[in-house]
Amino acid sequence: MMAMRLARPAFLIDINGAADLQGIEVAAETITLGAAVRQRQIERDASLAARLPLLGKALRWVGHAQTRNRGTLGGSIVHADPSAELPLAACVLDATLLLRDTTGETEMPAREFMLAPMVVAIAPEQCLAAIRFPAWTEARSGCAFDEVSLRHGDFAIVGAAAQLALDASGKCVRASLGTSSAPIPQAHAKIAQRLVGTALDDATIADAAADVARAVEPDADLHGSADYRRHLAGVLAKRVLVAARDEARGRR
Amino acid sequence: MEKKHAVAIEVNGKILRAELPARLTLVDFLRDEARLTGTHVGCEHGICGACSVLFDAQPIRSCLMFAWQADGHRVTTVEGLANADGSPSVLQDSFCETHGLQCGYCTPGMIVAAHALLEENRAPSEAEVRAAIAGNLCRCTGYQQIVDAVLLAASRKK
Amino acid sequence: MTTAFRYVGKKRRTKEGPRFAAGRGRFVADIALPQMKHVALVTSPYACARIDRVDATQALAVPGCVCVLSGEELCAAVDPLLVGVDAPLVKRYPLANGIARYAGEWVVAVVADSRAAAEDAAEKVQIGYQPLPYNVDAEKALDAAAPLVHPEHGSNLLYRRQFVWGPVAEDFARAAHRLSFRARWHRSATVPIETFGVLASWDAGRQILDVWASIQMPKFPDQTARALRLPGSAVRVHFDVDVGGSYGVKRGIKHAVLVGYLAKKLGFPVRLIEDRLENMRGGDMHGPDRIFDMEVAFEADATIRSLKIRALDDVGAYAGRAPLQLGKPVGAIVGPYRIGSVAYEPIAVLTNKTAQEAVRGFGQSPTNFALETALDRIARHLGMDRVEVRRRNLIRKDEFPYLIPSGTTYDSGDYHAVLDKALAAAGYAELLATRDAARAAGKLAGIGIATCLEPSGGNSAFEPLFNPKNETTTWMDSCLVRVDLSGSITGVMNTSSAGQAHETLVATCVGEILERDPDSIRVVRADSLVALPSNSPVGSRMAIMLGGAAAGAARKVRERLIAIAAHQFECAVEDIEYRDGHASLKGAPAKRLSWDQLVEIAHRKFHLLPPGVEPGLQEKFVWQVPTGGMLPTPEGRIQMYPCTAFEAHLVYVEIDRDSGRPSLQRYVCGHDCGVMINPQVVHGMTYGGIAHGIGAALYERFAYSDTGQLQSQTFMDYLIPSAMEVPALRIVDHCTPSPLTTFGQKGSGEAGYLGAPAAIASAVNDALAPLGVAIDELPMTPHEIWQRTRGVRR
Repeated sequence: MMAMRLARPAFLIDINGAADLQGIEVAAETITLGAAVRQRQIERDASLAARLPLLGKALRWVGHAQTRNRGTLGGSIVHADPSAELPLAACVLDATLLLRDTTGETEMPAREFMLAPMVVAIAPEQCLAAIRFPAWTEARSGCAFDEVSLRHGDFAIVGAAAQLALDASGKCVRASLGTSSAPIPQAHAKIAQRLVGTALDDATIADAAADVARAVEPDADLHGSADYRRHLAGVLAKRVLVAARDEARGRR
Repeated sequence: MEKKHAVAIEVNGKILRAELPARLTLVDFLRDEARLTGTHVGCEHGICGACSVLFDAQPIRSCLMFAWQADGHRVTTVEGLANADGSPSVLQDSFCETHGLQCGYCTPGMIVAAHALLEENRAPSEAEVRAAIAGNLCRCTGYQQIVDAVLLAASRKK
Repeated sequence: MTTAFRYVGKKRRTKEGPRFAAGRGRFVADIALPQMKHVALVTSPYACARIDRVDATQALAVPGCVCVLSGEELCAAVDPLLVGVDAPLVKRYPLANGIARYAGEWVVAVVADSRAAAEDAAEKVQIGYQPLPYNVDAEKALDAAAPLVHPEHGSNLLYRRQFVWGPVAEDFARAAHRLSFRARWHRSATVPIETFGVLASWDAGRQILDVWASIQMPKFPDQTARALRLPGSAVRVHFDVDVGGSYGVKRGIKHAVLVGYLAKKLGFPVRLIEDRLENMRGGDMHGPDRIFDMEVAFEADATIRSLKIRALDDVGAYAGRAPLQLGKPVGAIVGPYRIGSVAYEPIAVLTNKTAQEAVRGFGQSPTNFALETALDRIARHLGMDRVEVRRRNLIRKDEFPYLIPSGTTYDSGDYHAVLDKALAAAGYAELLATRDAARAAGKLAGIGIATCLEPSGGNSAFEPLFNPKNETTTWMDSCLVRVDLSGSITGVMNTSSAGQAHETLVATCVGEILERDPDSIRVVRADSLVALPSNSPVGSRMAIMLGGAAAGAARKVRERLIAIAAHQFECAVEDIEYRDGHASLKGAPAKRLSWDQLVEIAHRKFHLLPPGVEPGLQEKFVWQVPTGGMLPTPEGRIQMYPCTAFEAHLVYVEIDRDSGRPSLQRYVCGHDCGVMINPQVVHGMTYGGIAHGIGAALYERFAYSDTGQLQSQTFMDYLIPSAMEVPALRIVDHCTPSPLTTFGQKGSGEAGYLGAPAAIASAVNDALAPLGVAIDELPMTPHEIWQRTRGVRR
């Protein structure tokens, strides 16, 4: 943005060095990551791979090595590109954003943070300090992230993410689903809720995917029409639900 | 007069001290102030990768970093990847062996990205090589001989 | 020709490699002169607008700003740039002259102590525009009601001609079948990673303008001087600048004229390095933008009788060399096929888009795409295998040299052999089985095939063909070879290079003739005041022309050495045995003069020189392109490029039905460019050409909105394939030497690009064929593919 002279801040503060913004805390119920934790670090952290695997799966789609070596979790969320992977993952995982200013800290659900492409609900004097993810403690859970992009590493035309948990009999006990197809990433909470209690058979998933396609209102641009994105939202929702379910089924 | 900030950046093993305007990018600092013109500018938008350098040993896009952000950090450019006696590294020599370069413009960034890969992964597959250089665009080579170079370097370093 | 070469054809590391791998190349942005100033450009936001007012007051007040130059001043002080066709009222200057005719056109140039300051000042220039009507639709450009891009010219038609070669009407009437279709090649180009840059410095004491530029342009010094109203000897272009890729596009005349003018006016060196936006919107970066309307007449056995080709090209708002890209394909208008008659109607129109410049292949790749689409359509129409249709129509090896209807003779070839090699390397039968199995599993899968030509040698006879007032027939190149007192050999070439390893080329050719190790041979570049004539690396010409010139000069040096030895031994030159640079008397090997001894005689021992031989040891060779030198006939028949290289592409693609996203999974290119002087270099350019072709076929497009705004002006939207989009590529070589060249080499700088788009289109259409759907428009994006296939059941 600055390189193209579209953003011209009068003051620029480098927060890379702020120790408060680093750090990964893995607790029983929550996992909290500092906003300035590098994407590269998340990729390589074994405890995150175990407790928050969707982030790692999302990161496989994020840019290139050079991007992830500098990019941060918080930076991607606050930048809020509608087709970015980490904001979608944060929505699907129903993360809570911790916004801090000199007076204290406010909590904001990720699902309410993004208002429009690159417009987020943060006050001018606030800084995103950390992102707290609820831990999924179910034994049989699975997750998936998929997207259609034009080239490897490009922003998604459409992206989708899902996380599911099953009980011992294979019935769905917890579900989370989201798509990014502009203008903002959407967590399809109601559609996900309807999956709970089902066996997640193919027909049920197909119906949920069709619901997703109906629920999204994508924009058109140079790379695709609204119809195309709507179609892809349905296709990818189905793919991630199937993949997440199959991964969960594979677990005992 | 633009306000200047004092920095000390370790570049290719040497501490460089300078007073720089805030908006000077790292790539412009390296090229114009440090006169290390091996790192190139292709787009300034963070896509082509021609500006890749190692920042604390990790490949990054130097067009997207301000020079002052590198204060106190270590930067390695392509010029710093040669052997201590100035002879080409195994990787650089491998690029010459397989003809993994033509116009030479993307080459420094490619070599930086490949160098970082080989530091972390001694025996990459072809797919891993391609993924590692996916952020470096080349218009001359079609990547084939570049991939050959990196695989050759890996095998030679065993 | 089975001559065994010592150096030609062998694997050899390039001379250029080490400096590039070390980051020690010398690109124009690496060159800094003391007190150098920097340029930034103010560009028009409108597709067409009159420039009413330029107010530089605030800009000049920005610290570091030195000058703000408007078109009003510049256009009065320089001559308009050359137009390739006869359209003198389509005037072009480096800055808009009263009217800005495309969004992104350069309107004002700002000069400052740093690029950052220049950009700061550029933001402060206030320009009053009056928007004018515009048109960005090529087909509407010729409507009576279309706004005129250049009213003085009287229409938007820049060039049009109807060529008829052979009995086209009769052939169409007699043929059993005919079909017609439209194919579209949307605007794309080969977009190098280095933008264009130029640095100029006026030496007032010597009255010389020194120029360093990232350049690939014939007659660049001449055209720059002319526009600046300077004698040619007042412009010194330094060709020893490394060019970061060009592939046709870096023409740079307008940049050089702008910067040259500023340098002279200001008395400081001035440098312009385009940023990516200036480059994509207003630089020499755009390429062919074509609509082909094709008709083909053929028999039941697939024999093609005749072709009608109408090619409409949207040149943009100005014309440099771009319209001539409709002319070069005349030299290979029937492709590699035995087609007896052709009607060709090239049409170049003006619209309010960025002006096109030249792109790799100079129009041959879009033409090959249209031709190969015709071949595939014939196959589909007859229910015949696409390979078989080509086999039946390919010119046979015993038919060379082969004269095509438009007057060009193809020098040599064995197209069937190359095709067979490519099919074998790709495992065609097995590939068909793979495809069919994928289809049975519900996938979209296709095999693409393209057989096409790469004309080479750069006889740019399309210039007089398209503009009878331009009676140019000289297409030359040259080399000087000198051996110094120490016995070191230096070859001097006379143009810049952009990655083609010309230094290695010259050293190899000189070394071959002189029988001296190419690694020991230095190659340098003359500047334009000292240079021998060259027509630059265009039209795949350097292996032929520079290689030939280097060999020619070396041969003269060798002859002189032999003459010196013969004079010492008092024998005929035929009695001298020349080996590895040493000369001995045949049959009496004890009578021998070593290289060093010969060199010493040449340089120091005048008393031992044969009469009439110059002192020293240097020779130049300047020569004309083989088979060139003629003007076109009144029907527009002309011998264009002397040599034709051939490529046969096989590609396998699978397309994800849901997203329309194609995935290239196997790529084989059979390639015959005669003798390869350096196989690795040739392969490298072919791989690169294929990657360019993948971009043109699937990813790249300079897309315009209806309001004439360029939508893909950065690499975020103009999508260049990375190492993940380009699959592993395999080349299989064949060698049919050219009878016209020194070592049998043909040119090969455009290889791969000329056939890849056609092959990939062929593959995608094969994948879509079971759905009864076709796409004849490039690029074939996932969205496009999905649009065509949605709702279509098998």
